[in-house]
Amino acid sequence: MTGIVNYGAGNIYSVLTAVRKCGEDAFIVEKAGDLSSADSIILPGVGAFGDGMNALSGSGLKEALVKSVSGGKPFLGICLGMQLLFSHSDEGDCDGFGIINGMVRRFSFQAALSIKVPHMGWNVVEAAGPGRELFAGIPSNSMFYFAHSFYATPDDPGSIAGRTVYGHPFASVVKIRNIAGVQFHPEKSGDWGLLFIKNFLEGKWLASE
Amino acid sequence: MVSVRIIPCLDVKDGQVVKGIHFENLVRAGDPVEQAAFYSKEKADELVFLDISATIEGRRTMLDVVRKVAEVVFIPLTVGGGITSIDDIEKLLKAGADKISINTAAVRNPSLIEEGAKRFGSQCIVVAIDGKKVSPSGWEVHVESGKTPTGLDVVEWARKVEDLGAGELLLTSIDMDGTQKGYDIEMTRRVSENVSIPVIASGGAGSLEHLYRVISDGKASAILIASLLHFRKYTVEEIKLYLKQKGIGVRL
Repeated sequence: MTGIVNYGAGNIYSVLTAVRKCGEDAFIVEKAGDLSSADSIILPGVGAFGDGMNALSGSGLKEALVKSVSGGKPFLGICLGMQLLFSHSDEGDCDGFGIINGMVRRFSFQAALSIKVPHMGWNVVEAAGPGRELFAGIPSNSMFYFAHSFYATPDDPGSIAGRTVYGHPFASVVKIRNIAGVQFHPEKSGDWGLLFIKNFLEGKWLASE
Repeated sequence: MVSVRIIPCLDVKDGQVVKGIHFENLVRAGDPVEQAAFYSKEKADELVFLDISATIEGRRTMLDVVRKVAEVVFIPLTVGGGITSIDDIEKLLKAGADKISINTAAVRNPSLIEEGAKRFGSQCIVVAIDGKKVSPSGWEVHVESGKTPTGLDVVEWARKVEDLGAGELLLTSIDMDGTQKGYDIEMTRRVSENVSIPVIASGGAGSLEHLYRVISDGKASAILIASLLHFRKYTVEEIKLYLKQKGIGVRL
């Protein structure tokens, strides 16, 4: 059973529906104690970095999540849920979980380029490096739905499992051990998004380096 | 780069689609779930549901519509119409909407934008602006379905709502809406060039050329389409193939 973490913000119901559509049982994790019944964990997320960290820390969910993830449970962070794994974010100048070394930066483009922020809409994700099984059955150049103003910059390029270009290339998928993170919203990315979630749940990516 | 989004808009009243796909051999008339699924299958990039119910009961029904649609359609869903409070926003998001669109309430109570963005994130607060041309290069914001002038300049209001935390603008030309004579390119361009958030253009689409022009000249990031799609003058795919051939990035 997949536990979907509720920390006040975020479209948890979309994620819940998408996981169920993939044929997997899912429930909403409301408190630290709920995590023990989850075989895998999804941390969704829309909203601000600082608010997310505060909500997770205040409820004790942060420690419980770090413990579960360190213990080897398959974990998927979506959008803000992925960014929270990193050391620090420029958004609100706030520390994250520190599970993945690296910073979360804001998109910043010269006005003359007229590139919109947030990066909102469908864009190509190019699978790279570890965790290719997450993209099993998904044609290359497929597009996924993004809605974000900040992006993660992992210190270790070996943890980048997918790249997207918006003004410049950035890490749109990361993978370290049992931890996967995506900047896009698989739950809102149509058929390929659902297949991505299915691939995550099947777990073949866990062994991939 | 990110592709241009094609967004069908469905008007819903008391739980039934009243402005949507017109051909009963394609989908059951009035059924929001079937209509949404149809457009999702056609590779629409997002969907907008506009609730035009006039009663509290009708609005409550909208929550059921959103819940049912979110169970079968896995693309972003925006809901607008009659939203006046944080509580309204929360209920819709919990039902499965990804974004909400506010128009009159944003003008009457701009703090709703700020609070909504702070609480749920900018990406889910779309501010709808209905603009009417009042001088050669001036447009005035109108509210209450375009009936009431506000004295606000469209470009200034757009910048203000961006500052308040809106993640996107849905910009409709009152002059062009329903004419099928093309978008107000100039208004769209002026707004888009003055904000850094994406602008969804709406009102006036009658041909493929119109769609292309509002993207290339109007600098729109997305286009909202109603009649052109509902009457099957073009399919979503036809529109995307045309734009692609013109050099615009689309999701096919």
